[in-house]
Amino acid sequence: MVKGTIAQLDHDEKQLINHQSNLDRNPWWAQTMIYMILFILSIITLLPLVNVLSISLSEADAIYRNPMMLVPRQFTIEAYQYIFSTRILLTSFGVSVFATVMGTLLNLMFTITGGYALSKTQIPAYKYWMWFIIFPMLFSAGLIPMYILLKNLHLIDSIWVLVFTGLVAPFYLILMRNFFWSIPEELEESARMEGASDLRILLHVVIPLSKPAIATIGLFYAVGHWNDLFTGLFFINDNTKWPLQVLLRSIIIDMNALNTRSLGALTNEAGRIIVAGENIKAATIIFSIVPILMVYPFLQKYFVKGILLGSVKG
Amino acid sequence: MSLRKRYWKYRFIFILLLPTIAYFLVFSYFPFYGVVIAFKDLQIFKGIWASPWVGFKHFETLFASPKFAQLLENTLLISVYRLVFGFPVPILFALLLNEVRIIWFKRVVQTITYFPHFLSWVIFGGIVFNFIGPQGIINLFLTNAGMEPIGFVTNPDYFRPIVVVTGILKEFGWSAIIYLAALSAIDPQLYEAAKIDGAKKWRQIWHVTLPGIRSTIIMLFILSLASILDAGFEQVFILSNPSVLDVSDIIDTYVYRVGLLDANYGLATATGLFKGIVGAALIITANFIIRRTGEKSLW
Repeated sequence: MVKGTIAQLDHDEKQLINHQSNLDRNPWWAQTMIYMILFILSIITLLPLVNVLSISLSEADAIYRNPMMLVPRQFTIEAYQYIFSTRILLTSFGVSVFATVMGTLLNLMFTITGGYALSKTQIPAYKYWMWFIIFPMLFSAGLIPMYILLKNLHLIDSIWVLVFTGLVAPFYLILMRNFFWSIPEELEESARMEGASDLRILLHVVIPLSKPAIATIGLFYAVGHWNDLFTGLFFINDNTKWPLQVLLRSIIIDMNALNTRSLGALTNEAGRIIVAGENIKAATIIFSIVPILMVYPFLQKYFVKGILLGSVKG
Repeated sequence: MSLRKRYWKYRFIFILLLPTIAYFLVFSYFPFYGVVIAFKDLQIFKGIWASPWVGFKHFETLFASPKFAQLLENTLLISVYRLVFGFPVPILFALLLNEVRIIWFKRVVQTITYFPHFLSWVIFGGIVFNFIGPQGIINLFLTNAGMEPIGFVTNPDYFRPIVVVTGILKEFGWSAIIYLAALSAIDPQLYEAAKIDGAKKWRQIWHVTLPGIRSTIIMLFILSLASILDAGFEQVFILSNPSVLDVSDIIDTYVYRVGLLDANYGLATATGLFKGIVGAALIITANFIIRRTGEKSLW
């Protein structure tokens, strides 16, 4: 099989997932211990998430009495109602959705065109064009020069800064190029023989063959945009234009954007505290995990391919 | 063929390359013009060009201040602790997973342990604080039990261990994938040969498994060494607070604070430039070493 083709990728992926070690089997007690360790590691990863979920669905009163819970106690969705009633969270959510959708679309356009161009090693001065792409990976001018540039471009305090500062990442460009290399040259040649234009070949031959690679790279870009804290933190001061992560930092870490401190706590008729800092924070955490959770099955489907793609000899 | 004709022949390719080139020109190369701020006293109303030159003044200020030693110490210590305690974890995890014969169990463990990698540090930090914050569940539990709460977040002694441990918890699963890929590529015949030679389990691991992933280990180790000045900006930024600043202030957080918050552009640019140059030198050296060891180099 040719290194890096879709068939090879699928094969490598299956091999990785279904890999059975050819090492000797362990004695039963050692094997049991290994299973136990792995089980505990999974539990350590999982329980904090379950705990946050339960806290977000419990009355503050119950949380203060005993916060170590794995199922909600005195179940309530007031904390969620509260965070949805604050306009600012939904605004930020909208900003993040915009940055993620628009950003990923532009990322893919740049990465596909650029990666395809760089897969053609016969172009003049190929080596120098490659260096042009690699250099920014090694050395950057730093935060302040970037800030000055964005100020001159009037991108400070604009939500477009979230899209424009990372239009194409050298690493993914190289990954894309490696994948295009795996598409047999003959396919393009035969299409050309039949009179297809360059553009047609790219759109109707190359891109359809590259769907797995495009999906992989697109998902990674998308998660990158969704989780991006710094671009918003550095370059957006206006909190009505903050992406979710910057607002979340303010809520979860500083505890001030939702003004929960001045709010004190919301109590019900019986005087029980229903909503307080703890379950509001927990509800905000869950709210922003949900989108990641929704794409996680797809991420999982593709990320092994992504890793394998990266290790294709370039 | 003349050069012009060759470019003309590949005009379609260059049209496709153009947006990428334009992007890097504007957002990666053009900012280098701003590096002159490191050698000037930027007066924002005069603009970069009209501001007076001050030579190496900002660098002298930086290197002479006790802050610089502190920044370097904090940055290097966090990175070194990460290497010593964090680097082996995904390798051990991959080796343990490699022993699992029940495929569904392996998949479930992987599905769970990879997940935190996809959460931002803001979210993961929120989950961490849910545990160890002043109002976190550990301290609520302690106070309810009539004990003194522990200042995990405010006591500087706890900061570095917390950074290292939470860093491991978030990434150990994901980092293991690359080792799992290397493990699955080991030729089964090598194991058979070892068994015929009478090698027991540990010998098989020592002579077949570990050599099989050695090049991956070496490459990732060299890369970690090369990025030793990157102590994990996002994580440190999220987990730190003013009361632990003496141990948590790393080069990146300092550049952000001094540059963007205090608007001391000259000093911040100089500090960033220092880090950029050393970092580039380290990664180029690393690539050189990797190439010399006969491995696939980075570029």
